[in-house]
Amino acid sequence: MTETIKNAVCSFCGCLCDDIEVEVERGEIARVRKVCSNGRGLFTHYDPTPRQPTVDGQKVSWEEAIAEAVQVLAEADSPLIYGLSSAVVEAQRKAIELADWLGAIVDTTSSVCHGTTGLALQTVGEPTCTLGEVRNRADLLVFWGCNPAASHLRHFTRYSVTPRGRFTPNGRKDRTVVAVDVRPTGTSRVADIFLQVKPGTDFEVLTTLRTLLQGKADEIVAKSVGGIPIAQLQALVDRMTSCRFGVAFMGMGLTQTRGRDLTISELFTLVAELNEHTRFSVMPMRGHGNVAGADQVMTWQTGYPFGVSYARGYPVYGPGEFSAVDVVSRGEADAALVLASDPIAHWPAATARQLEQIPTIVLDPMPSLTTNIAHVVFPTAQSGVDATGTAYRMDKVPIRLRAVLSRERPTDEEILDQIVEAMR
Amino acid sequence: MKSEFELITGRTRRQADGLHLGKDSEEYRQATALVEMSAEDIARLGLEEGDRVRLQTAAGEVQVPVYTGDLPSGLLFMPMGPTANALVGTDTDASGTPPFKDLKVQVTPT
Repeated sequence: MTETIKNAVCSFCGCLCDDIEVEVERGEIARVRKVCSNGRGLFTHYDPTPRQPTVDGQKVSWEEAIAEAVQVLAEADSPLIYGLSSAVVEAQRKAIELADWLGAIVDTTSSVCHGTTGLALQTVGEPTCTLGEVRNRADLLVFWGCNPAASHLRHFTRYSVTPRGRFTPNGRKDRTVVAVDVRPTGTSRVADIFLQVKPGTDFEVLTTLRTLLQGKADEIVAKSVGGIPIAQLQALVDRMTSCRFGVAFMGMGLTQTRGRDLTISELFTLVAELNEHTRFSVMPMRGHGNVAGADQVMTWQTGYPFGVSYARGYPVYGPGEFSAVDVVSRGEADAALVLASDPIAHWPAATARQLEQIPTIVLDPMPSLTTNIAHVVFPTAQSGVDATGTAYRMDKVPIRLRAVLSRERPTDEEILDQIVEAMR
Repeated sequence: MKSEFELITGRTRRQADGLHLGKDSEEYRQATALVEMSAEDIARLGLEEGDRVRLQTAAGEVQVPVYTGDLPSGLLFMPMGPTANALVGTDTDASGTPPFKDLKVQVTPT
């Protein structure tokens, strides 16, 4: 017998597409519809069969694994809790509670992707909106330093470029799409206008756009900035001020390049200033399914979005000081608990090698390069497949994840709760 | 013959496909252990599609096959992953974010 579950949520990326159809036969996922190729594997490559936890690669009971994790964390002088972005809000909250209890450093994967976006919005604010507003109202879309054609495959069709909205009844025909990047991409090929800037010049280009917006073209002596002729930048400013509702989506082409938060602050300020002429918003293209939720929960619990130390008994914010790559690279953590993340695959190699030197506890539904080196591994349930929970879409709208399979594994929240209770 | 390039790392669809199969799978390794270069630079260095090159930064070095990418001359692209991360330094410039882009790279045909 086939059971069809409609409106399941794919939690692979920040789009959190909530129209997925899953067919379940004999307790297994037989078919998945509407999901993109990036997210499909979340449903089709996850084996929900219960697996025992391990300590140094040897299978142990859950009680033994909990006891070992507690001992590692209790003996550490400076434990690090890291990841969180692919876990649900309920588990994130528990991880931060554990950090508070331990006096640990707690950081999320935000610090290696959009942490600098957080620094910018703390500095100049973030004029933002929801993806529903984008779909229904936006007639100008600017994709700056991001490539959703590779990273967020249904963004164009569900939210931004092609959907027919209330005030965009003709879909794609009602929208102008601009791409700004250092190289042609799948996104630039979809765009009506492509500005191919020279690498490392985004700050200068954005400053020039602000200058042109202020009507000070006469004060610009250069004929081009970042490889783009001034006339072309003026044309973009004219288009931005004359649109009905514009949205700038930005990605790691800005967050990970020289200038980082200063460049992003320039974009956010440009967008704020555009609101003197029309309605304009900016939105970071968030990667992990609940990385936006990690920022939210960190901010509720600690007052700060990432890079927090509880070592003094209260939360202290320190990007560069308490962000995970900095802490581990300097050898300042003597144990780590990694929740739903794979830093061995995604940190600089020298930092990954440093992590291998300290006892690491990992909670993850799937094997990873980090579970390969971990001291204790808890194979937990996959939220959105065999566990429920809450995640935040990239526009900070909370979405409830449905379970499409019955659950036989413990959740991240349950394991973290047992560790917290044992620590008390 | 060495040449200096700028390297950016980023996401690809093939890399995403590979990670679902496991990051120690051959599919993931093949999706991430490569570098893309403009056709103009490939010709200038006397390389052919799939030739191996040595990439060196202050942080480390790797040897990977080179393929033609839609890139301006002087710019390289690598899919994000452990191979590219061998070239990424640990200095986050007090931001928490390592320099996954803007990397100065020496390229040597092997």
